[in-house]
Amino acid sequence: MRHLAKTYEKGEGMRNAKIVRAAFVLLCSLSFAAAAFAGPDDAQIEKGHKVYDKWCFPCHGTGAGKPGTASLAARGQKPAVLEERTDLTPTVIKAFVRHGVLFMPMFRKTEISDADLNAIAAYLTRNNKP
Amino acid sequence: MRVPPGVSARDFDGALKKFEEAVGKQWVFTSDDDINTYRDSYSPFWHETEEPIPSAALAPDSVEQVQQIVRIAGAHKIPLWAISTGKNLGYGGSAPLLGGSVVLDLKRMDRVIEVNDKNHYALVEPGVSYFDLYHYIHDRGLKVWIDPPDPGWGSLVGNALERGGGYTPMRDHFDCHCGMEVVLANGELVRTGMGALPNSKTWQQYKYGFGPYVDGIFSQSNLGVVTKMGFWLYPEPEAFLSGNVVVDKHDDLFALVEIFANLMNSGIVQATTTVISPLAYGPDPELAALRASGSTKDLEDYAARKKIGYWSVSLPFYGPADVVTAQWEYAKRKFSAIPGVRFEDRASYRFPLDADQLAKIVNPVPFGVPSLQTFSIGGPRSQGHMWFSPIIPMTGEAVLEAQKVFDQVAKDLSLNGGSVGGFPVWNFFARAFVIIYFFPIEHDVEKNRKNREVFRRLIKTAAEHGWGEYRTHTAFMGDIMDAYSFNNHSLLRLHETMKDALDPNGILSPGKNGIWPKGMRKARA
Repeated sequence: MRHLAKTYEKGEGMRNAKIVRAAFVLLCSLSFAAAAFAGPDDAQIEKGHKVYDKWCFPCHGTGAGKPGTASLAARGQKPAVLEERTDLTPTVIKAFVRHGVLFMPMFRKTEISDADLNAIAAYLTRNNKP
Repeated sequence: MRVPPGVSARDFDGALKKFEEAVGKQWVFTSDDDINTYRDSYSPFWHETEEPIPSAALAPDSVEQVQQIVRIAGAHKIPLWAISTGKNLGYGGSAPLLGGSVVLDLKRMDRVIEVNDKNHYALVEPGVSYFDLYHYIHDRGLKVWIDPPDPGWGSLVGNALERGGGYTPMRDHFDCHCGMEVVLANGELVRTGMGALPNSKTWQQYKYGFGPYVDGIFSQSNLGVVTKMGFWLYPEPEAFLSGNVVVDKHDDLFALVEIFANLMNSGIVQATTTVISPLAYGPDPELAALRASGSTKDLEDYAARKKIGYWSVSLPFYGPADVVTAQWEYAKRKFSAIPGVRFEDRASYRFPLDADQLAKIVNPVPFGVPSLQTFSIGGPRSQGHMWFSPIIPMTGEAVLEAQKVFDQVAKDLSLNGGSVGGFPVWNFFARAFVIIYFFPIEHDVEKNRKNREVFRRLIKTAAEHGWGEYRTHTAFMGDIMDAYSFNNHSLLRLHETMKDALDPNGILSPGKNGIWPKGMRKARA
């Protein structure tokens, strides 16, 4: 995950990057643990499905030639297809979309608006257990 | 708040207010969180102060707003950096070359203005991605193909302006464009080719119009902001057929490439492929040892024993079913001049493909279907990549010389040498090969510094042998333009003359492809 203010402005290079990574791992752990959320409505989920199909499916979908799915599978993430996950939280999803991770780039608001990002989060958390 | 170089905070603040009036406050981005999304995800400067970070980003949704923006920028001498979809990963992404520039993000201008499947063309705005146009065509059942490059989220306009390549017979994307609309640095709107004729009926059907043909000066340059562009499309073909040609001897490469060039230049082979050595790949420890220290004879023996060939080229054919079959048969007759040559029938398709067929194809790009499959290239933990891509002659001699020269650079710099054909050569463009060599990007300062050193060494070494790159990451644009130095850089000086005339305030993409405005030029040695 990459963040401008933390990794560039302070000018502390790799050491700072490691802190960011450690903080992100902690964030993920906490987010996974605290999976309580108010359930999104069906319209939001349906919208999120459409936005997901446009922006996320080409890399994270099923079928051949999906490098995001292949990467998650190779790194032991189960299930590797994001739509099948039940442990993602809106916070984590938004962090990955806006900051990128590994070869996944950051996405700008001109590509995925905040409203669309909320909808993606609603879609990908639709099957989470309260 | 960051400010552009040479601009006071007060003046920049005033300009930002004018930009807000032009495009709306929500489309002027200045917060750290927003600016973060405009960094180059594959920057070779991660965690280094040299990384060029923009000061702001603007997202117009109309030509009129682009005109207003360049006029405001001109009045305040604010450098803009135009991006289309901003996914030019490996070449700079959405980040500027000059830190502090204001990114002019054209992604919201994403209108497909026209697709014609009778005369086979499209007219689009810069924010239209290959995915967007593919779905537009597919949803309407139109019988035309687009020609995507490897990453499908790229812009047709941006990719063509960067002179990118694809895989079908329409693979040279700049060559397949027809007509532009351009906002000049003073805000004036120009249409090129037949577009200069009011009420023209042939803007996307005849490229040249009347008088000098100027489209080229808006590619890989910083002389205008292209706001519309026409493209020729490929009528959906009836069939695809590919056949593989395999030869066993090292020196068979000379005849293999000579015959291949003849087929290319005769129009028998019309699409992208690569001449490879199967010996360059594979995890077999015996092969790895031979690659590192074996003789040519040892490698030939290995290739014969394993029946993999020393060299091979896969030939793609598009068109009527009986024609592609005849083309493959003709190609086989030509290659039969090489003793011991073998032929393998490969993929064969009739179009259109159905959803089940498509889902099974790992890389559908050669069939006009955009994909992101290429991003698996660096492996599951890749942090990005960039490309070293010199143009070399389409001869076996040039392929071998390039491999020898670039292998030596790798060895000199203690990299993993002994590529034996590990620099794949492609025919993305007519008449010449281009080597596409992968450089990993990592969030490791020392590794990136080393890679930049290697990259710059390769540029210089290539130039010493008469080879120049067709395109590059923003980090190396100056280095490569420096290499195109005939007659004391007379071509660059011509570019600079045009830059000074068309953009006297130097506001459009300073430094793009090594072209700087007058006030920012360094003294030339």
